[in-house]
Amino acid sequence: MDTTAQLNPTTEQPLAPAPRLTLSGISKSFPGVRALHDVSLSLYPGQVTALIGENGAGKSTLVKIMTGIYQPDAGTISIDGQAVTLPSAHAAFGHGITAIHQETVLFDDLTVAENIFLGHAPRSRFGTIDWRTMRKNAREVLNTMGAGHIDADARLKDLGIANKHLVAVARAMSIDAQIVIMDEPTAALSLKEIEELFLLIEFLKSEGKAILFISHKFDEIYRIADRYTVFRDGEMVGEGLIRDAGQSQIVRMMVGRAVDHIFPQRKAEIGAPVLTVSGLSHPTEFDDIGFELHKGEILGFYGLVGAGRSEVMQAISGITRASSGTIMLEGEQIVPKSAADSIDAGIVYVPEERGKQGVVIGLPIFQNISLPSLKRMSKSGVLRLAEEFALARSYTERLDLRASSLSQDVGTLSGGNQQKIVIAKWLATAPKVIILDEPTKGIDIGSKAAVHGFMAELVAQGLSVIMVSSELPEILGMSDRVVVMREGRIATVYDNKGLDAETLVKTAAGIAA
Amino acid sequence: MKALPRYREVWLLAAIVVLIGLISLRFPGFANPANLRQVFNDTSILTILALGQMVVILTRSIDLSMASNLCFTGMVVAMLNAAHPAIPIPLLIVIALLVGLVLGVINGLLVWRLNIPSIVVTLGTLTIYRGATFVISGGAWVNADQMSPEFIGLQRAAFLGIPVLSWIAILVVALFFLVMTRTALGRSIYAIGVNPTASVYAGIDVGRTKFIVFCISGMAAGLCGYLWISRYVIASVEVANGYELNIIAACVIGGISIAGGIGSVGGALLGALFLGIISNALPVINISPFWQMAISGSAIILAVVLNARGERRQGRIILKKAEAA
Repeated sequence: MDTTAQLNPTTEQPLAPAPRLTLSGISKSFPGVRALHDVSLSLYPGQVTALIGENGAGKSTLVKIMTGIYQPDAGTISIDGQAVTLPSAHAAFGHGITAIHQETVLFDDLTVAENIFLGHAPRSRFGTIDWRTMRKNAREVLNTMGAGHIDADARLKDLGIANKHLVAVARAMSIDAQIVIMDEPTAALSLKEIEELFLLIEFLKSEGKAILFISHKFDEIYRIADRYTVFRDGEMVGEGLIRDAGQSQIVRMMVGRAVDHIFPQRKAEIGAPVLTVSGLSHPTEFDDIGFELHKGEILGFYGLVGAGRSEVMQAISGITRASSGTIMLEGEQIVPKSAADSIDAGIVYVPEERGKQGVVIGLPIFQNISLPSLKRMSKSGVLRLAEEFALARSYTERLDLRASSLSQDVGTLSGGNQQKIVIAKWLATAPKVIILDEPTKGIDIGSKAAVHGFMAELVAQGLSVIMVSSELPEILGMSDRVVVMREGRIATVYDNKGLDAETLVKTAAGIAA
Repeated sequence: MKALPRYREVWLLAAIVVLIGLISLRFPGFANPANLRQVFNDTSILTILALGQMVVILTRSIDLSMASNLCFTGMVVAMLNAAHPAIPIPLLIVIALLVGLVLGVINGLLVWRLNIPSIVVTLGTLTIYRGATFVISGGAWVNADQMSPEFIGLQRAAFLGIPVLSWIAILVVALFFLVMTRTALGRSIYAIGVNPTASVYAGIDVGRTKFIVFCISGMAAGLCGYLWISRYVIASVEVANGYELNIIAACVIGGISIAGGIGSVGGALLGALFLGIISNALPVINISPFWQMAISGSAIILAVVLNARGERRQGRIILKKAEAA
């Protein structure tokens, strides 16, 4: 392999033109923590560089330095060979650096055109905003990108996440940004939307933009990136051309060890049906949903984003209400009117949006874990703190959670550890059925493996799991059976024996096999 | 447990100590125990009201009707006492709590069932409850000579050298402390203030919890209705007019975040004491009431600025740790 490139980052690559942006010797420390140590990174015009590393490797800190939010303690930043400083986000913007984040940072209540031109709107002779030109320019930018289907006058909140990303890119185009940072842009996208995003990235490449692409998904990295840079624990551990590096080689650089089996082997006895759903319908979201979940089974739910999977799960767990249909839990019909009802019955839902729906940032770890179990933790109305701590301790140990103290604010934990807290909190209610909605979205490989291992352990103990996931390897690696939903209905239920990704994708997209 | 919020209360306590020290320079008797006991007693009603307001603010709501509730309930018990002096005072206190509760239930139901923002609901009931006081009293006053000696005397009676009024405040503080730190209700109040969406998923009924906090603030106001009238021995439509702002000020100075989810019983108590010391001491050392108002106002703004800085600092630390973890 290309070891010289790893050892000596400045070695010229055969394919390399002059870099557009070069970071060299960048260090950044926070009180008690060294976030980045002497790292270097180059971005080349017309090329995509993938930044790879586990959560906490320092990727976000680097992005913040590149976008002017943090100042490095040491090191230099140069654009087209000229040393620059980026004292503010505004300065970075002025140098043509723009970032598109995992959860897009735009303005929901403004129109698409306003979002694209906010801060640099075309002016009329009198200094007021020239709305007509702005809308016309917005449409032009969208058209050049092949995103003409987006209405420039639509409010941003009415668009899906994929289209919001397109608007963010349009904004970058409108300021003629030369350096585009994409921080996990595909995390919330369906397969089809990811394809569209890749077409867009190809377009940006053809326009000569230098792109930094951050993703946890190897298939995406291999699909779109030209180069890679790997970070581990705040240091750069390797870089080079993606075509010269194998997946296992990069994974080894990331974690410092090779990950052999990502999905655990498991042997859970599949028993009698636990949950039987039939004819479940909702006026707008889903129709005639029926399936059985057996004891000890992991039932995967696959579909494109917007197929109605989460909505079905929310109805089963009492967060919304279905208009008709029945839910039978162990032979008894339940009609959950609130989340508390379904938790009492033994069905828990671990929601998809960790920050908004899962952890309560500001409360300590132990209080987060006991939150749905408060009734059980109380004796004559008074909470038993010792029992709360014991509960929290047992689950954090089982999930291998790394925290200095159970009284630590969950906001101080990494995404992977927060996800473990969310899962711990639901397991602590001693459920019969646990519904995991995108359980490993946006978390690092190590945490993913822990979550998967724990799922296997759960079903081995006789729990039943519904796993809503958009990640094909996860669906194929973990599920016993796979329910594929399309446009609010169940398309097919597959036994996961010899099932392949292509079949699932075709079913979900409604393409005849 | 929560390093920074506690830090904040320590600072407030230090500010109070410095304030007492400064006042003592001009008025040496101020810091002696008998006088401080008196200041605490004078602040008892504000403390109880601030605690009632605190639980409401923690859930991202506000109760502007507390002073009007106090006025109405005070009028009800005063008129009952004037008409039927034989009704025992403990029963009158229970009646005050119930009347306050009913007014709180009205606020709570409007917020919960009709989903009207609490600031709008209680802005309306602020006027309605004071208007209702006028309706039941016909605009007349209940004076000291119409009240029974027991009605007036209870809170002044001393137990272990401390007036009953102070004991009631101490009991209420202890009760709130227990509820906020050791019960599912207290935990739910914090959780829905910090993250309402996640609370819904955790099976907490956000609407019902908000309803309960308005019941609590209503009962606190009702209790203070009796305490206020028996202390100042006059019941009129003007009682505690505009006092809702003092209650909210005590909470804000005490570090309770108007954005919800952050605050403690200790903070509310200290906030009330701070205002109590200012209103007690400044007239004694010949500072005009206008300066008093200016000082109280400055304290509010200073508290908000310091707390906002504290939260921002906290946020940065979280960000750094999260990135480095």
